[in-house]
Amino acid sequence: MNLTTNYLGLELKNPLVPSASPLSKSVTTARELEDKGAAAIIMYSLFEEAITAESESMVRFLHQQDTGFAETTDGFLPNHQDFENGLQQYLEQIQKLKEALDIPVIASLNGVTPSGWIDHASELEQAGADALELNVYYVAGDIGQTGAQVEERYLSLLKSMRAKVRIPINMKLSPSFSSVGNFIKQLSEAGADGVSLFNRFYQPDINIDGLRLQSRLQPSTSAEALLAMRWIAILYGRIPGLSLGATGGIHSAEDAIKLLLAGTDAVHLCSALLEWGPAHLGILLRGIEDWMEEQGFESVDDFRGRVSALSVPNPDELERSNYVRVLDSYSPPAGALV
Amino acid sequence: MSHKSMVTLDGNEAAAYVAHMTNEVIAIYPITPSSNMGEWADEWSSQGVKNLWGTIPDVVEMQSEAGAAGAIHGALQGGSLATTFTASQGLLLMIPNMYKIAGELTPTVFHVSARALAAQGLSIFGDHSDVMACRATGYAMLCAASVQEVMDFALIAQAATLRSRVPMVHFFDGFRTSHEVSKIERLPTEVVRAMIDEELVSAFRERGLNPDHPSLRGTSQNPDVYFQGRESVNPYYAATPGIVQGVMDSFGKLTGRHYRLFDYVGAPDAERVLVLMGSGIGAAEETVEHLSARGEKVGLIKVRLFRPLDASALIDALPATTTALAVLDRTKEPGANGEPLYKDVVTAVAQSFSTGQLSSMPRIIGGRFGLGSKEFTPAMVKGVFDELGKDSPKNQFTVGILDDVAQTNLDWDPSFKADALDGVTACVFYGLGSDGTVSANKNSIKIIAEETPNYGQGYFEYDSKKAGAVTISHLRFGSDPINSTYLIGDDEASFVACHQPTFITRYDMLDKAKRGGVFLLNSPTAADKVWSELPRKMQQTMIDKALSFYVIDAYGIAGQTGMGRRINTIMQTCFFAISGILPKDEAIAHIKEAVKKTYGKKGQRLLDRNYDAIDAALAGLHKVDVPSQVSSTFDRPPVVPEDAPEFVRKVTATLIAGNGNQLPVSLMPADGTWPTGTTQYEKRKLALQLPQWDETLCTQCGKCPLVCPHAAIRAKVYPGDLTDQAPASFQHATIKGKDFPQGYQVTYQVAPDDCTGCGLCVEVCPIRDRKDPNHKALNMVEATETQAAEEANWDFFLGLPEYDRTQLDAGKIKHAMMMQPLFEFSGSCVGCGETPYIKLATQLFGDRMLIANATGCSSIYGGNLPTTPYTTNPEGRGPSWNNSLFEDNAEFGLGLRLAVDKQTAHARELVAELARQIGEDLADGLLQADQQGEAGIHEQRERVAALKAKLKSIDSPLARTLEAICESLVKRSVWIVGGDGWAYDIGYGGVDHVLASGRNVNLLVLDTEVYSNTGGQNSKATPMGAVAKFAAGGKPTYKKDLAMMAMAYENVYVAQVAFGAKDVQTVRAFLEAESYDGPSVIIAYSPCIAHGVDLSNNLRQQDLAVTSGHWPLFRYDPRRTERGENPLLIDSKPPSIPYRDFINTETRFSLLTKTHPEAAEHFLNLAQKHVKTRFTLYEQLAHLAVQKAPASE
Repeated sequence: MNLTTNYLGLELKNPLVPSASPLSKSVTTARELEDKGAAAIIMYSLFEEAITAESESMVRFLHQQDTGFAETTDGFLPNHQDFENGLQQYLEQIQKLKEALDIPVIASLNGVTPSGWIDHASELEQAGADALELNVYYVAGDIGQTGAQVEERYLSLLKSMRAKVRIPINMKLSPSFSSVGNFIKQLSEAGADGVSLFNRFYQPDINIDGLRLQSRLQPSTSAEALLAMRWIAILYGRIPGLSLGATGGIHSAEDAIKLLLAGTDAVHLCSALLEWGPAHLGILLRGIEDWMEEQGFESVDDFRGRVSALSVPNPDELERSNYVRVLDSYSPPAGALV
Repeated sequence: MSHKSMVTLDGNEAAAYVAHMTNEVIAIYPITPSSNMGEWADEWSSQGVKNLWGTIPDVVEMQSEAGAAGAIHGALQGGSLATTFTASQGLLLMIPNMYKIAGELTPTVFHVSARALAAQGLSIFGDHSDVMACRATGYAMLCAASVQEVMDFALIAQAATLRSRVPMVHFFDGFRTSHEVSKIERLPTEVVRAMIDEELVSAFRERGLNPDHPSLRGTSQNPDVYFQGRESVNPYYAATPGIVQGVMDSFGKLTGRHYRLFDYVGAPDAERVLVLMGSGIGAAEETVEHLSARGEKVGLIKVRLFRPLDASALIDALPATTTALAVLDRTKEPGANGEPLYKDVVTAVAQSFSTGQLSSMPRIIGGRFGLGSKEFTPAMVKGVFDELGKDSPKNQFTVGILDDVAQTNLDWDPSFKADALDGVTACVFYGLGSDGTVSANKNSIKIIAEETPNYGQGYFEYDSKKAGAVTISHLRFGSDPINSTYLIGDDEASFVACHQPTFITRYDMLDKAKRGGVFLLNSPTAADKVWSELPRKMQQTMIDKALSFYVIDAYGIAGQTGMGRRINTIMQTCFFAISGILPKDEAIAHIKEAVKKTYGKKGQRLLDRNYDAIDAALAGLHKVDVPSQVSSTFDRPPVVPEDAPEFVRKVTATLIAGNGNQLPVSLMPADGTWPTGTTQYEKRKLALQLPQWDETLCTQCGKCPLVCPHAAIRAKVYPGDLTDQAPASFQHATIKGKDFPQGYQVTYQVAPDDCTGCGLCVEVCPIRDRKDPNHKALNMVEATETQAAEEANWDFFLGLPEYDRTQLDAGKIKHAMMMQPLFEFSGSCVGCGETPYIKLATQLFGDRMLIANATGCSSIYGGNLPTTPYTTNPEGRGPSWNNSLFEDNAEFGLGLRLAVDKQTAHARELVAELARQIGEDLADGLLQADQQGEAGIHEQRERVAALKAKLKSIDSPLARTLEAICESLVKRSVWIVGGDGWAYDIGYGGVDHVLASGRNVNLLVLDTEVYSNTGGQNSKATPMGAVAKFAAGGKPTYKKDLAMMAMAYENVYVAQVAFGAKDVQTVRAFLEAESYDGPSVIIAYSPCIAHGVDLSNNLRQQDLAVTSGHWPLFRYDPRRTERGENPLLIDSKPPSIPYRDFINTETRFSLLTKTHPEAAEHFLNLAQKHVKTRFTLYEQLAHLAVQKAPASE
């Protein structure tokens, strides 16, 4: 059975690629993922602002922890061991992962403005990254900003990075664009080798005791994958040379199969692996193989995109806002409409 | 032998270096000033540093020093080379095991940074009281007097103990030597290897317990043989001095540093000879050299091996010409006719005289010096020699203090200086604890000592306050090794720096300056205007001493270059630019190199910022022309207000001013009883910003006084007409709600001189102006804008009456915060997470509280001189407080309860017996009183007042007894307060027992999850994956669940609280715990600066701890079981954010991702699962059905 897939120009042994998550912080875990079948690994995101803030905090609490109090003359934390900043650590982690793994290692940059840190892209390349993912985590909260300006932000980031590196670049996107397909086409033209659809924004919550906002963890659910599935099905085969990756809400083999049927080149996994551990990847892989065997498919290419806009008799389904029918399909509880 | 490796380090590091290299098992426990030795050992092992035999020593933290000694005993019996580090009470806890270890002739070295023992008060500072308490254990005792000697003697002790089989205490003076930074020669590994005899190591290992060659030790011996057994070791002790001398000789051959059991220095024909040991030798030797160079026949015996005392070697060391000896002890044995070293010398000399070894009997006097790190200077040494030259010298004298009670002290001439200071450059720096002055100075010493052939010495005076602490750095540099073991004195410093503008009116810094020296001041005032801002005395001194005066606006430059409030690099640059110690350009290059070393790997931005600051410092440094005339019109303001009580003016004010050394014995309370309520007189004005109230927005919720760590924002409600006399700036608003009389006013008032500016009150304020969300009902404003007006407002506020407590509903935060805090303005850290809990307890119960306080942060900010934060209400009632020890606090508190209960029971018996005389109604009222609430307590107090009046007219012994104890008829609230080090570790046995006792005590565990006071060592409360000292590789195990353990008793009230997450729950828990007639324990989450997070985020961190599941909130009340309900109530929701989101905000966790990234991820995953599982467990427990009591028929 042939599960190979081409993603960002990389030949992968199967479509399952763990997305940017803390799992790549540990070489042991990364190796476990590889053992369970991961075809590539996207590293945790390098977030320049966070690294700067972290360095400032470390310096303050390690090197500048004078108290003036006689019992804490050396401060509170063991401080005699030097430490490196997050970038240096990240570069070393690329090297360690490259040494420990046979699968491709994709570095991930997280940022919203084209500042000096884009320069680090070439360092990531030199450290051995096989590809780069740019994760633009941006909520357009400024109502003075136009959609075109938001798109330009992405495009200029991509172009700056494209000028720095030769390795493939993947853009991880949110669904908040007025014309998703057109924008992805622009990205492709600007040098993107692939897109991942879609990243998730953690939604803030409100603390009613303290009358304030607070963050809240909301792990993804399989339902979220349907949005990516729609867009992958629409885009499959439309933009030559552009790899499609599906991310967000892929928890089961069934979720992964649906996305492959829609036309994705790679299936990214995050919440499910965080929740169930690396072994879950193996379960998914076996699930895909079992299904292929049942269906009689020999290779992923045999069924990729079979339920995309190009291949189904009723592509309008993908574009129709058929919420009335969906609503109608619910049976109200007895008496609710009385 | 090999190339000399010179290093700059302190005594603790020197000892730990050898100990780590020559041992396999190291059992540790934190205690100042020895903790750093354990910290070094733990860090080295976590970094994989190997010992002499190529293996990484196993460093294990124990629950107490007693535990450490036990573990060492076991490790030694198991055949591993083992050591420990300790001091003071810690060493005392090891004594039982020391007898065993010595009795079994087991080689080991305990490295002790000798420290005073707690008696009338605790002292963390140096003297020999602790080691002297171990004289009888059978340990040999070797005393090092300098940092170089610490490294040398650590090895000599290790080598000697292996040969002699007699275990050894290697000690050196706490702080003076343990913390002195000095340039010394590091022992190369090959020297260490050459000194440790492998055959002896093998022999030791072979004696270890081994089932393949079984043996048995630790028998129980009967009267027939115990005595003989005790005498069987004599040959080993007899051989020890010779072995030590032999080892010293071998060491001398290898290193060129030669030591003797008793080293003599001074005139070969000396008549007057001083005998002492420890760091005082430095001052004594300088004096002897000075005096003998002038023909005086004086000498000094340096005692190295104190036990076993080789009398013969001592006599041999004495010049034959000796006619008088003065023996100085750094300890006190009350009631003895002389201290230990003195008695040993008297005995040795007398025995030698009696056997004819000595032909004449010299006069011998003994005295005490340097207790609790009291200064010991050449001037004092000369005072001793002068005394020794008198016809009738004092015996059992003291030197260094004024004893106007027993007249023990010798006189000395403070102006005497030894020649040793010639050619030495002395520099003194006054800094704020947090501004980095000490770090910068340590760095400067390293630069000078390691980059030039010069020697350097640094000693640092610290503060007892944790916020706004003052540090004084004493640095000396010279071409020869520096052994001046005393502070830089008056007229000695060629460079004096004041790093804080406000210090110019607080300290007489220029007394230290030498004529023609340099004074550097950090001031925002321009060079041409700064002169007029100096007080008269300072101007006069500058003119008299012809000082050069430089000024720099370090805070301005720090701000401009992105350094924030961090001025150390700037001030260090100025020091090198104008002190002339090194060529300026060379020095600046060295500073930049040091900056690169520190920040190079952390990002260019940090590096550039520091470089910019260095360059800007050079550009911003200005010389001020010193006028020839004094022009200032002001002097230093009085330290305390003139209307302060007499004791405060006489004693407290002197301590605050830094002149405590001048206080005579007669002004010291003999039994350690000090007045409470004295922090109010120490106006520290630390806040750069103050909160300002907007009464128009305020909803009067009371959260701001609740969270204030320093009780510096208060609420009062009072009749409206009282505002008639208020200052115009005084703010008030009509009280909201129907609980208060109509028209009453409320004020939330800041104490501007006591506020530290932490901003937590503003942070917690939930009310924002809808039109301007950045404006709250409380806002921080620049202190300069409001300070003066708020001072007047605060004075007026204090004069307003307290609201009647009996009319307040303490269960409501708004009401509870109207109660007067009886714990105020403590010296705790800015933003402290502990103090709000203590303050809350004093608001609710302070007028009837007895507090047993474990040693730790809460005993330091609670009871460290000069001032104490516990205070009294207008009736004169308030918490009565004592600190017994670290380990026994629960038992100590139980003792207070037992005393109260006994007195109450006895008083009740007497009331019943005297009922007829005092009146049946009153007696009934007293005996039947319901004291559950404030009103009931108030009524009982009135009854007791009536009883007292009645008793006056009753003429019987019973009435007299009742008079003495009748106040115990009013409810007493016993609180046992301490940190997690106490409750989880060293005091857990006692905590467990007291909880099991069923007695009505309230335990408040201020859980910072680390030993905060001793500098952040790991405790059993430390969470998994957190880095702490003694856990440099991250805590590998889960936090102990103290609450679950307490709940297992079923009759203990247990609450886990975090006021920053749910304040109402905290208040309820305190009220329920206190009202429960049995043991209760409140485990209170207390964010701490040791977590590596800015405490302006104190409340956020509590919230994150709760929402991530790290700190579930709950209350377990056994009374609910009696009502047929589940006793456990969960007060927080299931974890709703990833654990990672909590720990990423604290450096204690994120540090591990840098040093041990794999382990960090591993621990995080385990911890994430654990918090979920634990919450589920609690939830399940809370939902278990409780068997209902059968319905009554």
